[in-house]
Amino acid sequence: MSIFLNENSKVIVQGLTGSEGTKHATKMLAAGTQLVGGVNARKAGTTVEIEGTQLPVYGGVEEAMKETGADVSVLFVPPKFAKDAVVEAIDAGIGLAVVITEGIPVHDSAWFWAHACANGNRTRIIGPNCPGIISPSKSLAGIIPANISGPGKMGLVSKSGTLTYQMMYELRDVGFSTAIGIGGDPVIGTTHIDALEAFENDPETEAIVMIGEIGGDAEERAADYVKANVTKPVVGYVAGFTAPEGKTMGHAGAIVSGSAGTAQAKKEALEAAGVKVGKTPTETADLARSLVS
Amino acid sequence: MDLYEYQAKDLFAAHGVPVLPGKTVDTASEAERAAQGIGTAVVVKAQVKTGGRGKAGGVKLAKDPSEAREKAEAILGLDIKGHTVHRVLVTEASDISEEYYFSFLLDRSNRTFLAMASAEGGMEIEELAVERPEALARVPIDAIAGVDRAKAQEIVQQAKLPAAVADEAADVIVKLWDTFVGEDATLVEVNPLVRDPQDKVIALDGKVTLDENADFRHPGHAELVDQRTENPLEAKAKSKGLNYVKLEGGQVGIIGNGAGLVMSTLDVVAYAGESHGGMKPANFLDIGGGASAEVMAAGLDVILGDDEVRSVFVNVFGGITACDAVANGIVEALKILGDDATKPIVVRLDGNNVDEGRKILDDANHPLVTQVDTMDNAAAKAAELAAAGA
Repeated sequence: MSIFLNENSKVIVQGLTGSEGTKHATKMLAAGTQLVGGVNARKAGTTVEIEGTQLPVYGGVEEAMKETGADVSVLFVPPKFAKDAVVEAIDAGIGLAVVITEGIPVHDSAWFWAHACANGNRTRIIGPNCPGIISPSKSLAGIIPANISGPGKMGLVSKSGTLTYQMMYELRDVGFSTAIGIGGDPVIGTTHIDALEAFENDPETEAIVMIGEIGGDAEERAADYVKANVTKPVVGYVAGFTAPEGKTMGHAGAIVSGSAGTAQAKKEALEAAGVKVGKTPTETADLARSLVS
Repeated sequence: MDLYEYQAKDLFAAHGVPVLPGKTVDTASEAERAAQGIGTAVVVKAQVKTGGRGKAGGVKLAKDPSEAREKAEAILGLDIKGHTVHRVLVTEASDISEEYYFSFLLDRSNRTFLAMASAEGGMEIEELAVERPEALARVPIDAIAGVDRAKAQEIVQQAKLPAAVADEAADVIVKLWDTFVGEDATLVEVNPLVRDPQDKVIALDGKVTLDENADFRHPGHAELVDQRTENPLEAKAKSKGLNYVKLEGGQVGIIGNGAGLVMSTLDVVAYAGESHGGMKPANFLDIGGGASAEVMAAGLDVILGDDEVRSVFVNVFGGITACDAVANGIVEALKILGDDATKPIVVRLDGNNVDEGRKILDDANHPLVTQVDTMDNAAAKAAELAAAGA
């Protein structure tokens, strides 16, 4: 098992014909993903050839789903057009939309999130501004390098892309059921809590690593959730102890204002919920390794 | 991006929110002329991007132009919470009957927007929220439905604003929502929103934060950037397209890829520094995915230009990026910089093509470069070299 994405997932790419879309479609295919096509209204009816595989391009998500049975879409659509593309995926009722795009205005993200809610949350959104999701040796929907780690018992959920990679690398001896980068933007679809809930219910996952960073209160809420609902061991890491107040560090979300949202507050909340928190990524990996059989 | 009060009020005015006439000036004599032009008693207000200006002596009433000059002289150059006052707003002094609080902001936890309003304005809103939470109305706003007149009236009612100003306050709230959405703001705050003796509702102050991700649909926002208050190193980095934040009091320059990994690198260096004379990270610098030689050179150039920096830690995990490309970038960057590179550089490479990357640096055998295998050990080495370079 794995969460949200498995070997049967049929994946399309919105923005397949763009340079990022083509580049990462190639890597997804190599990672074993069942990539079945792409969407671009202006190039409907054409095909994109990727190392011998012919991928049909459809005019819309709904048509692509009807023709291919796709249930996952990965979006490499520029920020300007991202809102409409996500709304299209939601309207088509696709099960999972992984929004890789960085730099989407927060008013646009808030809009498509409200739209998803109004449609009964039939579409799980991961991101935006995230590296996506990988269930190693089964499927990759996003840009996570598939060669970092193979399958195993660990579940990983992280706000940060490169820390996802770093943690997968540290724990490549253990391996992962699924690793998800949920993105560091102020408004995201899938949260730490959503992933924790799914990992708790996934028989293949033995322990969970959650990586947070300054800003917002998602980690504090996740800590409450762990205390009340998670029986599997959870290890945490929080980045941003040295971040100065009021300055944005890369992600729009990684900003500390006042006392709420500091790394220290998050660490304390996690520890109070029984989550061991590592001081460095390596120490965190060591803690996690000690918890699996 | 946070705006100054006068910039926020310009945006308010453009969206029809009532504000008092005023003029922004850089000198005391200009303040005097501005007061003459306004022709009434004026308020001279420090323009700094921080709260608590009044308490710090940054807001003064002046009954005539010569007093406006004196007050401006006192305020200009003042240090308010680390912000030097370079500019003051001279604005009409208003008769205030009541003060209210109002804001629209992004509510991250609920992934939507929130209106906050109170009939008890003027005080620090953080204090009000803690001391009298029942006096602060919090009304969730659906991002798609937005704020129409009915919603605005609901907010007015929940905030318990007096009936005499309810209609006008609702009208102002709709216009503040137009500002919030129309300018892609993540915060629009008016504290105080005032009622004057004629029951007019006026935005006496304004705080606006704009979402830079939305700059593509607001070409005019570029003009709101204030180059003067930017740290010179930050301004230099920005001109080269680098994502750099200067940290005061640090000695270890940091370059990494990905915001999360770089933030983590700062923490790991600070942690290692505890055992090496209290060395601290000097900056945040994320060179992103494609670490080309040019980007690496630009990054090293900015960091080596920081006089406080004594050692540099380059921490890269090759995910999409290949380590050999990063290693070539470092070697090329050092060639480009030549004799300008004078400080020791600790490099930790891991991930994609790591063996090739490490070999390139080994072969280059540059006297300033030390390679360390793990992030924790590399951080310790960089802190040790910084302590030794004192």
